[in-house]
Amino acid sequence: MGVLKDLFKDYRFAVGFILICFLSFLAVASFFSPYDPIEWLQVPRDKAPSWSNILGTNSKGQDVFWEATFAIRNSLIIALIAGLISRVIAVLVGFIAGYKGSIYDRVLMGITDGLLVIPLFLILVLVAMLLREALTLVSTGLLLAFFGWAWDARTIRSQVLSLREREFTLTSVLSGNGTLSLVSKEYLPLTIPLIFSTLINNIAWAIGMEIVLAILGLVSLDIPTLGTTLQWAINYQAMLLGHWWWILTPVILTILLLVALYWFSISVSEYLDPRMRIQRIGAK
Amino acid sequence: MRFFRDYLVPRIIQYIVVIFCGITAVFFIPRLTGQNPVLEMIAQIQSQGSTLDPTAVESLMETLKELYGLKGTLFQQYITTWKRVFALDFGPSFFQFPTPVSELLKTYLPWTIGLFATSTLISWILGNILGGIAGYFSRKNWSKIIDALIMIIRPIPHYIFGIIVLILFAYVWQLFPVGGMMLGRRTVLNWRFIMTILRYSFLPAMTLVILGGAVWFQQMKLLVQNVKREDYVQYAQTGGVKERFIIYRYVLRNAMLPQITQLALVLGQVFSGVLIVEMVFSYPGIGLLLYRGVTRGDYNLVMGITVLSILTITTAVLILDLFYPLFDPRIRHK
Amino acid sequence: MNGLIEVEQLQTFYVLEYLGKKKTIKAVNDVTLSIPENVIYGIAGESGCGKTTLLKALFASIEPPLQLFGGKVSYLIKNNFIDALSLNGKEKRELRWSYISYIPQGSMSVFNPVKKLKVTYLDFLESHVRGKAGRELLSLARQHLEQLGLSPKVLDAFPHQLSGGMRQRIAIALSTLLKPQVILADEPTTALDVVAQRAVLQLMRDIQQEIKNTIVLVTHDMGIHANITTCMAIMYAGKIVEVGPTQEIFSNPLHPYTKFLIHSLPRIGDKMPKKSVPGAPPSLLNPPSGCPFHPRCPEISDFCQDKVPDLNNSTQNHKVACWLRRESCDCNS
Repeated sequence: MGVLKDLFKDYRFAVGFILICFLSFLAVASFFSPYDPIEWLQVPRDKAPSWSNILGTNSKGQDVFWEATFAIRNSLIIALIAGLISRVIAVLVGFIAGYKGSIYDRVLMGITDGLLVIPLFLILVLVAMLLREALTLVSTGLLLAFFGWAWDARTIRSQVLSLREREFTLTSVLSGNGTLSLVSKEYLPLTIPLIFSTLINNIAWAIGMEIVLAILGLVSLDIPTLGTTLQWAINYQAMLLGHWWWILTPVILTILLLVALYWFSISVSEYLDPRMRIQRIGAK
Repeated sequence: MRFFRDYLVPRIIQYIVVIFCGITAVFFIPRLTGQNPVLEMIAQIQSQGSTLDPTAVESLMETLKELYGLKGTLFQQYITTWKRVFALDFGPSFFQFPTPVSELLKTYLPWTIGLFATSTLISWILGNILGGIAGYFSRKNWSKIIDALIMIIRPIPHYIFGIIVLILFAYVWQLFPVGGMMLGRRTVLNWRFIMTILRYSFLPAMTLVILGGAVWFQQMKLLVQNVKREDYVQYAQTGGVKERFIIYRYVLRNAMLPQITQLALVLGQVFSGVLIVEMVFSYPGIGLLLYRGVTRGDYNLVMGITVLSILTITTAVLILDLFYPLFDPRIRHK
Repeated sequence: MNGLIEVEQLQTFYVLEYLGKKKTIKAVNDVTLSIPENVIYGIAGESGCGKTTLLKALFASIEPPLQLFGGKVSYLIKNNFIDALSLNGKEKRELRWSYISYIPQGSMSVFNPVKKLKVTYLDFLESHVRGKAGRELLSLARQHLEQLGLSPKVLDAFPHQLSGGMRQRIAIALSTLLKPQVILADEPTTALDVVAQRAVLQLMRDIQQEIKNTIVLVTHDMGIHANITTCMAIMYAGKIVEVGPTQEIFSNPLHPYTKFLIHSLPRIGDKMPKKSVPGAPPSLLNPPSGCPFHPRCPEISDFCQDKVPDLNNSTQNHKVACWLRRESCDCNS
């Protein structure tokens, strides 16, 4: 628990952690929502924030606050699906390329590099357009997962490469340990901090991407997510008509969520990185 | 000569390979994900046949059949696709029928290139210099304050940041137009025209420079903190070399090198960011075109944009790669 | 106090923190030395015994995570003793390169990779020599290089275009340009082939004979000490265990550790198997109690575990820190 206390000394971890807890709490609150997420005209339209509707109501006749809880929940679900599945792909590709080397490495990295230079975003849009039946939660997550592993596979591969050069690898191989046991027992624990931070980054990316896809109309507008609620607000000219509560809610929630994730991930990975630690002591 | 062989040739090969793979991927995607939208489109057009110019409709049908695999063998289609790419002919646009996609691209592309080039350059230079100095003086308070600010800005995605800038500067403070510059005016090189361009591009450019600069700032800061501990910097410090020299000649100059490489790697992402920002501000570039194309299901247009983007980015990366040896003598000599 | 540099009871430790736990590495643990003028002074010892840290302290370069825990380092400048560790940045910068200079370990990477060597040379010179134009300074540098037998053309090259040995020699040339009174050299010959080693050592000897300054040479290689040092100090686990003229230390090593070091050197014609020191070097994190060598010492007595021996004279110049070599031994108490 000393680790947790130490982490909390970093203001970024403290703020990030608290914000994530708060937002997760909101997401869970959606299960207790008195309103249906999809139905229109459940409350009077376009009312500014008041005691009965803390964040006001939108032009579809929905309570902005409770819609937002669904939005956070759904965006997180999409992002988690995307993040976790793309981790699996990134780890597999990174480890195989890094450990096996030679032709596996060159082929896999060739594919990865190709995917990186090409504006992935556009290919993503192309594919989404073709799946014209507008994406649902799960399919959005899967689509994002399919495109989100390339960068991190590269990072993991570099890590594996450097681990491979270390002495304990030679020792393990000479002691007759199989590759699988070496990789899972020795490498995996050492790479977990890296995998974790790439997971958080990927989740953040997925949330941002989902918003763009929603704006382009590629995500099913029936499902409330951070992106779709924003899209509805823009479509109904919320800015022009002065319904600031409708458009600002998804915007501010997104910012809070992403800043929180970012601060959380940076403080944790900096904490675990030995070089930064030495810099910290020097200041005392 | 050896430089030519060791450095130049592999990169040109890589350039060709990436374009090849990219176009091939774009070729296969519609064939993998099903052709329903295309058949729908064809049916739709056929039903409207009477109101549209028949020859134009014919050419559209041809394009669709070629592009989406309804004509000839797979191999023949592949070759045709390549022929089209070389001619930069993507067929007619759906929603602005019968204007060819390539014409739309020609009109809108220069705006994007302008925004892309200037904002990337400014954000890279500013971000790196500020980040470098902040990294060198990382213990000072001002460095920590800027760092905290950047920490808030950096994770915000382009679209959201764009919306905030739009709301603040165009709606709340009404300093700049809400967006949507009219195209089709003749580009006259007079002061009024230039001012108009500036008025309309300022907000998107500012958004891109701040967001991009934040990333360069952070990376450079980290880099510089490490370069500071390199042998040659420590040695110069013990030798009493003037601090001004150390910052520019030893630290920044060396830390800059990986940043150039990094720029080449993320150019694709930067470009995507430009497109997204264009959408927010209705800036008359490829991004806006993309928005209209996607929302109206204009697959030809989106296809054309994708291929053009692949070509643009890979070429830009190659140019950047060719510039790198100018900065790193280790590649130039020996 | 008759040395050029006086070190008194110096304690400098590294303080590291990992996951909430603090660890202190006692790299220089109560060292007292007197470094005279006009000698080549050697400091010998195993890797990890604290030699490099001692050099850093001599150079007054104590930066985090290294911290000063006690003691003093004094420079004799114009008949006055100056406390080196309490100087501020500006004062230190003035002294460096003109009074005292430093050749770091691994001098192969001490040059700015993106600039030609002459730019680096100029950078160093301009900060110390006022009122001279760049061109003048460069010709001074070229002269200096020629004097040392190095081709002045190297200044127009980039560091990566030269071999490691060449870069080492250029680093040495740079550190001697302003003819400093003290030159601190940290393992100047490690990672060099034998031929380059010889050239470097020759260069150092020539410089010392010409300027008649003091060179403090740190290396684990006893052969080098035998070759060019005038007097030397043996360091073990952060402490000095023996000090004296090199000749005497080699012909009559007193400390058990020194004996092992000397006897491990191969001699032509000697066919006996070499014995190395048993055991492993001690951890500086948790140094042994009493005499730091006692866990590995073959001549250990009960006394050695409890109290730290200090440097005691055996003859006039030759001092050793060992309970078993005392004239009057308090070992019965």
